[in-house]
Amino acid sequence: MSDKIPVTVLTGYLGAGKTTLLNRILSEPHGRKYAVIVNEFGEIGIDNDLVIGADEEVFEMNNGCVCCTVRGDLVRIMGGLMRRKGKFDAIIVETTGLADPAPVAQTFFVDDDVRAHAALDAVVTVADAKWLSDRLKDAPEAKNQIAFADVIVLNKTDLVSADELAEVEGRIRAINPYARLIRAERCQVALADVLERRAFDLDRILEIEPGFLNTGDGHDHHGHDHGHDHDHDHNHDHGHGDGLKHYHDEDMQSLSLRADRPVDPARFMPWLQALVARDGKNILRCKGILSFKDDDERYVFQGVHMMLDGTHQRPWRDGEARESRVIFIGRDLPEQAIRDGFAACIAA
Amino acid sequence: MSEQAVASLAERVVPFDLGVPIIATRFLGATAAFACGEEMVALVGADGAATRVAVHGGAILCATGDARRIVTGGDDGRVVALDADGAIEVVATDAKRRWIDSVALHADGAVAWSAGKTVFVRTAKGDIKSLDVPSTPGGLAFAPRGFRLAIAHYNGVTLWFPNMAGTPEFWEWKGSHLAIGFSRDGKFLITAMHEPALHGWRVADQRHMRMSGYPSRVKSMDWSADGKWLATSGADELILWPFQSKDGPTGKPPVMLAAPNRSCVAALACHPAEEVVAAGYGDGTLRLVRVSDGAEIPVRAATAAGPDDASGAISALAWDARGQMLAFGCADGAAGLLKL
Repeated sequence: MSDKIPVTVLTGYLGAGKTTLLNRILSEPHGRKYAVIVNEFGEIGIDNDLVIGADEEVFEMNNGCVCCTVRGDLVRIMGGLMRRKGKFDAIIVETTGLADPAPVAQTFFVDDDVRAHAALDAVVTVADAKWLSDRLKDAPEAKNQIAFADVIVLNKTDLVSADELAEVEGRIRAINPYARLIRAERCQVALADVLERRAFDLDRILEIEPGFLNTGDGHDHHGHDHGHDHDHDHNHDHGHGDGLKHYHDEDMQSLSLRADRPVDPARFMPWLQALVARDGKNILRCKGILSFKDDDERYVFQGVHMMLDGTHQRPWRDGEARESRVIFIGRDLPEQAIRDGFAACIAA
Repeated sequence: MSEQAVASLAERVVPFDLGVPIIATRFLGATAAFACGEEMVALVGADGAATRVAVHGGAILCATGDARRIVTGGDDGRVVALDADGAIEVVATDAKRRWIDSVALHADGAVAWSAGKTVFVRTAKGDIKSLDVPSTPGGLAFAPRGFRLAIAHYNGVTLWFPNMAGTPEFWEWKGSHLAIGFSRDGKFLITAMHEPALHGWRVADQRHMRMSGYPSRVKSMDWSADGKWLATSGADELILWPFQSKDGPTGKPPVMLAAPNRSCVAALACHPAEEVVAAGYGDGTLRLVRVSDGAEIPVRAATAAGPDDASGAISALAWDARGQMLAFGCADGAAGLLKL
């Protein structure tokens, strides 16, 4: 794992500030050298021979699965970049504002050559604090990008009031409660919060616990008492309380399941595989840590749509609660069926 | 090659180390040219002494050649031809300095290359023609007869007569098509796809053929000297598809030769006269395999630390025109010349 080049996928709706963030990454004196795959040459103000233009060429895998889409241009560009291994420390892939992050992520799951040399680090989504709430209503791409993210940079917070900020954060959390949310003005964020996060690294999947109130510099300093004033009015006319609103997104949800008793792998694995085979089109991301029956090692997995990747990670530590946790983020998730299916996997 | 049994040819190998990954090799007369992953081509004489020639200002992305020159495309946007004496000709410099993703040569001296979604041809007379295709080409190949270029891209191939007006033909087959080549008689066109499979068309009527069952992607393919077999990498055995009949391999299984290795065949080259294939594996093993009976002679032992170690995979193989020398290069920079 350690010798693989980390790849950060940078997404964000049109005008959210991706290029600003990219220019910051390339100009700050952090001592790291990045190869950058961009979709628009010329927007980058930095002269760097490791900035490569890409065409976002997505093709369907020839395996009959319509959601198994791959960025062929990335496969090609990664192959070329690997010829210059040693000239850079990490890779950033910028997507267009209207792009679905899934084909990018899936490229790193399915292409053996890419997998051999590089590993997806995190999907970082830049969101516009002023306009995101509107885009979540009218732009499915924007919602996808939020749902897919490991890190969300909520940019332009200086352009909104405290109430507006609370609203947009509530809407983000309704879609994706698990991503790290960082507030920023003009994309002024600590780059360590954005780059080389190892969010896809199965060794680090433990950050699965929702950081509901982690914003800004990552401290719980807001003191919103969430839990009150639940609003299930489906995206319109929320109140003006000072707490963090809980919104319910009409089509994108997350689902978190847990079990204190061990899970039976002979039931869980077939269930999970059948679930993503059937509903993978709608499941954008899934992750889990599992305590299997008669197994002293933690099992971790993650998935993008129909693709799953899992491994025994490490022995459970003495005194560590042997608890299984699984999360799904997706569209129109069959919540009750997933809950029942998971419950049936708990060993007797 | 002699018919007597030979235990190993390792003693006849002149080994050397270029220190950087090798992506392609070919003989320019008695000189072996090795295209490296970055910047240079090494010209190596029979004694193993290497002369390094800087040809690109960055990565070398693709290479091809004929008996006279090796032609490379780089991420510096240049197409460069180099001869055995070290003379460099810059064939083209892309106006936008895009990566040169693929190159191909015609027997009459014409050169084709692609940058982004545009394919260029410089004819033997020096005219430059270009064609835009729907997606970035994965490979280019000239037909052995006539002046026709096949371009592999997403969802099929485009066949273009660069000297004729007319609309190029598009032969559709879903998926991403990468490496591409015609059979020696020009009757079949084969592509290696992104998934571990080949696709083929009979040129006369575009009848499809699918060749699948590989555990890994096919990156190297070559036709036997008589044109009856297509030898391919991608499996732990050497896979040869039969092309003796007018239907090609349709309805026929491939021949699988050589004892299964712990890693897959990564590169191969058919002998220019005999029914013998040089097969290089992901673990650095190199063997000569006879097509008639599968007999094999080891040339080089594995160098890999374990079954998953592909750092020293054989990445380039070529015979000289008479079939008396074999050049090989590896992903870790190791290389050698076998003299038969």
